[in-house]
Amino acid sequence: MLRVQNFACARGGVPVLAGVNFEVEAGNALILRGPNGIGKTTLLRSLAGLQPATQGTVEFPDDEGAYASHADGIKTALTVTENLKFWADVHGARLPADILDTFDLSDLRDRLGGTLSAGQKRRLGLARLGVIGRKVLFLDEPTVSLDGFSVKLFANWLQNTHLAAGRIAVIATHIDLGLSAPELDLTPFKAAPDAGGGSDEAFL
Amino acid sequence: MIALLLRDLRLAIRAGGGFGLGLAFFLIVVVLVPFGVGPDTELLSRIAPGILWVASLLAALLSLDRIFALDYEDGSLALLATSPLPLEGVAMVKAAAHWITTGLPLTLAAPALGFLLSLTPEAYPYLLLSLLIGTPALSMIGTFGAALTVGLRRGGLLLSLLVLPLYVPTLIFGAEAIRRGAEGLDPTGALMLMAGITAGSFALLPFATASVLRINLR
Repeated sequence: MLRVQNFACARGGVPVLAGVNFEVEAGNALILRGPNGIGKTTLLRSLAGLQPATQGTVEFPDDEGAYASHADGIKTALTVTENLKFWADVHGARLPADILDTFDLSDLRDRLGGTLSAGQKRRLGLARLGVIGRKVLFLDEPTVSLDGFSVKLFANWLQNTHLAAGRIAVIATHIDLGLSAPELDLTPFKAAPDAGGGSDEAFL
Repeated sequence: MIALLLRDLRLAIRAGGGFGLGLAFFLIVVVLVPFGVGPDTELLSRIAPGILWVASLLAALLSLDRIFALDYEDGSLALLATSPLPLEGVAMVKAAAHWITTGLPLTLAAPALGFLLSLTPEAYPYLLLSLLIGTPALSMIGTFGAALTVGLRRGGLLLSLLVLPLYVPTLIFGAEAIRRGAEGLDPTGALMLMAGITAGSFALLPFATASVLRINLR
């Protein structure tokens, strides 16, 4: 269960969002919508703990959040399997046997990360989420550079494996994933330009 | 943490430039010195401790900016920050990986290069010992510097300016230990002080590095 109360976040000292409230029950997803620059990425990074919130609280089980962005963290000199194995080891998890099939990576298992196409890299980055076994996922545009088929693969995994296990996902996306999930439009939460105070924020 | 260490070592081997470059640079710098100061063996053997230590500093510096920059660019650093590994541990592992790929090869190669500089035979044990004790501090201090400059484009030069002054104590005591060894004096004091610097930097700098990384990841 994820509860966000009166949440405000800033980017580079400039407040972007304020007064965000939402709850996501176990086994559900939430889709964040909003025009470019509204602060979807900043919100997700703040929720995941990569940057401090300027106000408000976020509650979810300790050490259960994971963040995924445009950058997949793929090492070009490691193979697909080694990349996944590394993240599994870091999280103290086992590599699920079917993870390569789920994301259509079986044929690529011994290819070096550097030789993958953008879409294949993306699939590998998403497969990481299936490996680390975290309960609350904060996904920033997970479907960038994926083709229609791969988007379906990902949506299937999310629905049938991740959410079906009672886990949670908060997803910022511009496309329709085909999930039956509530949407939250962030436009009404846009922060007033000077709500956050002085210009020192960026240095603190 | 072991997984991270193994990954970094594997990357250093596969991507090249890990083990080889720093060592080759060390070799070139040391070989250039006799060309510069002339073949006077007495002079060379007197300046050898200093040359070997300065060359090690520069060689260690060479690969510092890669410690975090690559992980930052491909996003792994942000993913590591949200993983169960504490960033302090990440910092320590990164320093250890840097030492294994740079400091250790330098230490092992140094005796051969001491020969090129006609270092007195009595000094060799202290050359090895001082590098063995001192180079981990170079890696840890360098890791801290790398964390400071991680988000910057062309941070390499700034990194050198930040890190080299911090290397001064290690350099002084390292070269001093070899010099004393060469002259038959007791180098224990210098070695102990250097060990203190190394132990101190491993005790304190992982925390500083982690908090700097947290700020740079915002």
